[in-house]
Amino acid sequence: MTPGQIAIRALIVGFIVTFAFITGFAYTTLLERKVLGRLQHRVGPNRAGYIPLPTRGGKERKLLGGILQPAADAVKLFFKEDITPGKVDLVIYNLAPMLAVIPAILILAVIPLAGKVPWLVPDPYQYFAVAPGVNVGVLFILAITSIGVYGVVLAGWASNSKYAVLGGIRASAQMISYELAMGLSVLIPIMLADSMDMGGIVAAQKNGWFVFLQPIAAFIFSIAVMAELQRAPFDLLEAEQELSAGFNVEYGGMRFGMFFMAEYMKMASLSAIAATLFFGGYRGPFVDQVPLLGFVYISIKIIIGLLLMIWIRASFPRLRYDQLMSFGWKVLLPVSVANFVVMAIVLVLQAEGVFQPLVSAILEFIGG
Amino acid sequence: MGNPIVFFILALIAIASALGMLASRNAIYSALFLVLNFVTIAVLYLVLNAPFMAVVQVTVYAGAIMVLFLFVIMLLGAERSGSRTEGLRDWEWILAGFLGAVLIIVFLTNLVMNPSAVGDTAPFIDTSPAALGLRLFEAYVFPFELTGVLLLAAMIGVVVLGRRKKMAQLEKGGNDA
Repeated sequence: MTPGQIAIRALIVGFIVTFAFITGFAYTTLLERKVLGRLQHRVGPNRAGYIPLPTRGGKERKLLGGILQPAADAVKLFFKEDITPGKVDLVIYNLAPMLAVIPAILILAVIPLAGKVPWLVPDPYQYFAVAPGVNVGVLFILAITSIGVYGVVLAGWASNSKYAVLGGIRASAQMISYELAMGLSVLIPIMLADSMDMGGIVAAQKNGWFVFLQPIAAFIFSIAVMAELQRAPFDLLEAEQELSAGFNVEYGGMRFGMFFMAEYMKMASLSAIAATLFFGGYRGPFVDQVPLLGFVYISIKIIIGLLLMIWIRASFPRLRYDQLMSFGWKVLLPVSVANFVVMAIVLVLQAEGVFQPLVSAILEFIGG
Repeated sequence: MGNPIVFFILALIAIASALGMLASRNAIYSALFLVLNFVTIAVLYLVLNAPFMAVVQVTVYAGAIMVLFLFVIMLLGAERSGSRTEGLRDWEWILAGFLGAVLIIVFLTNLVMNPSAVGDTAPFIDTSPAALGLRLFEAYVFPFELTGVLLLAAMIGVVVLGRRKKMAQLEKGGNDA
């Protein structure tokens, strides 16, 4: 393909994937409200839109109550008066929500969404993604998540409000601290797969997911992701009791909505990354025969990831700020460094063939 | 070298953001212009067929160092205080002029003496992460290890300095760290 064709393909595919994820974002909010409601013995939003079923026994029956709630929310957010507080820094105040959303969308570029689907995947590439074959895909994700902090920090600063600034500072400190553990746990799949290409990592999990080989790394990664997303139990930057609402307290209307959009889209994209790095990505039964199934598998894995995050939010109380920091630096970081070093040594020893005699000796002993 | 049009657009953005960093009165704006500059340089690396360098540039400079800068600026409230409107002192003008002149002279002499230096060299180098890693650990292993030791020393220095302050506070009788 010529560079022009590559660019046009990336534009079209990127537009479609982004659109799909934005729709997904709307329904993620509904999913969260519904599941959270059920977990707290409530019903959740159930008024906006439903599918009527034929009445049985004189009782009116409704299916999927609340299915149009995201549309109602969007209409409400767009039609709200767009209030800008008097003493904000106008340029940065308007820039900050965009800086929050853009990284959340950019991460999607390198995530493999399916295998080699005919027609959709041009020839040198082996998997479907907006930007397939990026040989530094994992590092790209780390880079984009690391610039994601700007939206929150700048929103806090530009609002010219003490609560917002405190929220923004908490956010930056928290994200810097947990990025280290996240980066170190991401190195493990790279070492196991011998590739920084996301597609290579998925392909290396053909015979077994990395979560079985390295549950510690997967666990650390998921904790760091929760902290990176600033979701409960790590949502200190929007602790209502302490900061009223944190960095977004001075925002209203759709600008406020954009911060939520960033959060939910990041939830989806980071669970896609977790699925790719540790849970086999788009792989599943019969995916080699029917490559289109990859879209189904990755969607199921993303939804499971989202449900887990919602479940955790409903189950755990918020950490205290000093607990959060000391947990990140004194527990998570040393454990992930140790895990990384041990894994590196084990991999080198395996490559040198040290384990072969040991394994055969054990097999001989068992076999008699 | 990639597409010259892309290069010139990027170069313009890079220079404009560097000037913006120097010219803006507000420290936060300066920091943001610097971030824009780093990201533009990262895209230039991409154009030069060095994706690893590009991504590392974004992660380290834009993602880590500048966030810390912002952190410090916001905590100290330095965005309002540090406005030196009276301009530069005499020796600062002289030093800046001297350094700028040296830079331009070196650049021009290189250009005149060795015109092939601006040729189309980039695409012939293997810039995959594996090749880069091998070069770092084979040809450049000594500088690499030296950098590691330097960083370790800096890290230990930070820990020691932080601890000494805490000890002094304790000796004075204050119990809040």
